[in-house]
Amino acid sequence: MPGFTETFGLALQLIFSGSRDLVEIVMLSLQVSISAVLLGCLVGLPLGAWLVVGKFPGRTLLQVLINAFMGLPPVVIGLVVYLALSHSGPFGVLDLLYSATAMVIAQMLLVTPLVAALARQHLDDLYLEYRNLFASLNLSSWQIARALLWDARYSLLTVSLAGFGRAIAEVGAVMIVGGNINHLTRVMTTTIALETSKGDLGLALALGIILISLSVTVNAAVMGLRSSARRLAYA
Amino acid sequence: MRQLWVCVPAPVVWPMPEISIQQSPVPLLQVSGLSLSVGERTLINDIDCVLKKGCRTVVLGPNGAGKSIFLRLLCGLMEPDVGSILWQGQAINSAVRRCLAMVFQHPVLLRRSVAANLNFALGNAGLGAVARRQRVAEGLHLARLQALASQPARLLSGGEQQRLALARALITRPTVLLLDEPTASLDPASVQAVEAIIESAHSQGIKIIFVTHDVGQVRRLADEVLFIHRGTITEQTSVAQFLSSPGSQVASDYLAGRLVL
Repeated sequence: MPGFTETFGLALQLIFSGSRDLVEIVMLSLQVSISAVLLGCLVGLPLGAWLVVGKFPGRTLLQVLINAFMGLPPVVIGLVVYLALSHSGPFGVLDLLYSATAMVIAQMLLVTPLVAALARQHLDDLYLEYRNLFASLNLSSWQIARALLWDARYSLLTVSLAGFGRAIAEVGAVMIVGGNINHLTRVMTTTIALETSKGDLGLALALGIILISLSVTVNAAVMGLRSSARRLAYA
Repeated sequence: MRQLWVCVPAPVVWPMPEISIQQSPVPLLQVSGLSLSVGERTLINDIDCVLKKGCRTVVLGPNGAGKSIFLRLLCGLMEPDVGSILWQGQAINSAVRRCLAMVFQHPVLLRRSVAANLNFALGNAGLGAVARRQRVAEGLHLARLQALASQPARLLSGGEQQRLALARALITRPTVLLLDEPTASLDPASVQAVEAIIESAHSQGIKIIFVTHDVGQVRRLADEVLFIHRGTITEQTSVAQFLSSPGSQVASDYLAGRLVL
């Protein structure tokens, strides 16, 4: 088994060589995770706002459930999506199992409760600050939700980033519903798991370095955006 | 003081149609048996009062007397335990609420530009884009913030923020303006600017009900005093009468600057 320095050198060599396989895996990972986060935000952000301004029976129960779902084990989600998409499952006719779409669905189910719960916390704080104004302007719940989502937009970017972090680092669910098929559903995390078990640590470490770099880059971009916004006193 | 309004581009027709206050013989506001408690503590205790349109009413009283809560109840921001609040004979509903505007001691401004804050208040007005732009321009002019229209509202000074909050309330064309210590912690120039806006709103026929601890401001802005002590109105009289011969020891102590417990 090669030593750490040798493996690290090999990993860097793979990254800078621009290996087609490596690029393909990275691009698929990004495609799947970004799609899942966008869909998760599309559902999770309005859901978070609805939990803040909506008045309906069972609201507290729903909040508790969403908070609990934040920590759902990915393999459980993977299993549920697998059962739903398998040929004998209710959505089997769609023939989505072992496809990138199935992976997007699984990651979206993981990301949505996280986005909804974190968004609810941010929006709740903002609502406390604004509630007198909203009440004095006699606004509808719909108008209030829209205003909260817009005014908390920079905080919600951080929320979506947390969702992206959960999606891109996830391995269990995509492994189950994607099957880790080469050139079709192989993403960074599943490749790392596979290559490590095979002993090909160079490729695994190269993907690990890319994964960490991506995470740092996205964090830095969002932090930059937030501090610009704060300077403008919008955040 | 009225110059601000003279320059407003569009003619200002303040009263909203839902409660046509001018023609009605019914009092503008009738409060009966109003009470509110939180836990064991009675905050508002069996308040009865009638307010007429036209005059400016100041709500006075020591800290913790229940002035701000009374104002919030009048605006429909809080629900009383018992009692009724009738605006022009109507209980508070969405139509009545559209005729009421409230400005708080600490202005609540959205994380948006000055102009966007004004525009936001028109969300319920059902106006077209042109009319909204016109109202926003009116508001900017009224608050004298034209030069800062695109600036973030939260970067304004305290006085500018309060002027913006007032203008935002007024461009909704309310019939009644409720003000909770609108000039507390402002410098004299800002106080003067805010008072000018309030005075001009009054000259347009808007009923002004405000809370303050500034006796000078009471002389300048108010016609009628409601004195509240321990959640009860102990005195309702003209400003001149109240200041020259207050009707209770508590009111005398308050005016003399003695601690009222």
